[in-house]
Formats: sequence, structure tokens, C-alpha cells
Amino acid sequence: MSKETTKKTLEVTTPSDREIAMARVFDAPRTLVWEAYTKPDLIKRWLGVMPGWSMAVCEVDLRVGGGFRYVWHGPGGVVMGMRGAYREIAAPERIVSTEVFDQPWYEGEAVGTLLLSERDGQTTATTTVRYASRTVRDGVLKTPMATGVSAGLDALEALLASLGGVS
Amino acid sequence: MSASAAAERILDATFAALADPTRRAILARLAAGEASVSELAAPFAMSQPAISKHLKVLERAHLVSRGRDAQRRPRRLEPVPLAQASAWLDRYRAYWEASYARLDGVLDELKAEQKKARLPKRGERTR
Repeated sequence: MSKETTKKTLEVTTPSDREIAMARVFDAPRTLVWEAYTKPDLIKRWLGVMPGWSMAVCEVDLRVGGGFRYVWHGPGGVVMGMRGAYREIAAPERIVSTEVFDQPWYEGEAVGTLLLSERDGQTTATTTVRYASRTVRDGVLKTPMATGVSAGLDALEALLASLGGVS
Repeated sequence: MSASAAAERILDATFAALADPTRRAILARLAAGEASVSELAAPFAMSQPAISKHLKVLERAHLVSRGRDAQRRPRRLEPVPLAQASAWLDRYRAYWEASYARLDGVLDELKAEQKKARLPKRGERTR
């Protein structure tokens, strides 16, 4: 196999009619990626931390039957929180957990699977979220999430660039 | 809730309208200036009714409106919903790209720590 260069682009796919999957390659062995995904002091440093945002609460009880609680504080006092329960844990490869947002933006419970696979010292993190139904999944898809990463985006970006001169 | 639900419905319509390559091409053409249906149909291997159908979808999504000239009924681009859709995209992408870029940084640090930990003596094993 020829060595592939690190592709750090976000890839979004729909592996089934109820799922959305997102993949990203990291330049690190998966034991480290696992730590970064499961240790609160490390999670707090990257997950959802955008300019103006910080993670105020990050609790992880990493065992089947345990759960996690994340709360972010954003600009202007905005608070966003989510929690979930762990269903499967296989270090350093796989975590299956439920996820519910404090202010739900989709119906029903979603189940997320994180899969870490290592190759040539690089780790691909694939997050697959399975929604309650196809209707819910399609609703989530219609949010710019997937559209933003699908081929459509390039066309949209080109279009938006061409709009520069229009008012 | 209803205000955000309405905003969401508009976004839905916008993204559904943008999902089609012909409609995106029509928008790109209109970005260069208003055009009648026959002018819009010209570059496509498509009948005017087929183009009209696409225009209807774009109009329902408020991406395209009709000009005043009653004869030509020129179509015109409405840039606001497009800008809103783009703001959404930007936010989502920004969210994950920013998160993962930070994760890259965290991982680099962990790698450096691991390397340092391996160097001195043979040390006790961690974990």
C-alpha cells in the first residue's frame, strides 16, 4: 500500500437511512486519540471549544451504564448542554453512547458510535449517529451539517463567491 | 419556538432548492444579472417548462423573485436566504473544524509528552 498523506478534511456520509457518519484523520496513534476523547481534562480543551466558547462542565463516567455530561458557555451567556449514557466501551477502539441535548433539535434519542482505527501511526475517528427514524435523520441532514460537507457545498461556495458583486 | 421553527422551514426550503445542480446553475446565472425564462433556458438542454419548474422551487424558497417588467417577467436573485444558508454552513463547519483543529493540538502535546516520558531511564511503566 502506498502511504497516503494525511487528509484532514471532514468527510460526511450516510451509511444507512437512519445514520449520519463523520470521519476525520488525526496524526497520532489511537491510544492518544482515545485519551483525548475520554479524559475530561483533555476533552475540555477541544470539544466544541470555538472562539468565545468554553466547556464549563465535563463529567465522564466511562463504564457501561455510566454516562457523560457536557455543558458549554458561549458569548452573551448562552448555555448549551448535552448528556448521554454509555452502552459499549472497548478501549481504545469503540464507544457506543446515547446522546440527548438539553434543548433538543431533533426528535427521539440518538445513538452515537465512535470508532477509532489506526494505520501507519495515523488514526481515523469515525463518529456515526443513528437517529430514531429516517424522518429524523433526514431532518438533521437538511440542516447544513451534511449539505455543508457534501459535493453540493463546492457548488454553493462557488456560487456565493460569484455573488460577491451582487447586492 | 415558532420563530425558530419558521426560520428552520425557510432553511429547509433553501437547502432543498440548492440540492439540484440545474437550480444552482440558474442561481449562478442570475448572480450575473436578471434574466427571462427563455434566456435562462438557453444554456441548458432543457425545455422552458422544465426550467419553469425549477424556477418555481427557487421562488418558493425565496431565492428568486420576479422583476417588474410584465412582458419579460425577468427573474432575479434574492441574496438574503442564500446568505443565511451560508451562515448556517459556516457555523457548522466552523464548529467541527475548530474542534478538530484543537484536538490536533492536544494530540501533538500528548505525543511530545509520550516521547519525553520514553527517553529518561527505563522508568516505571505507566498504566
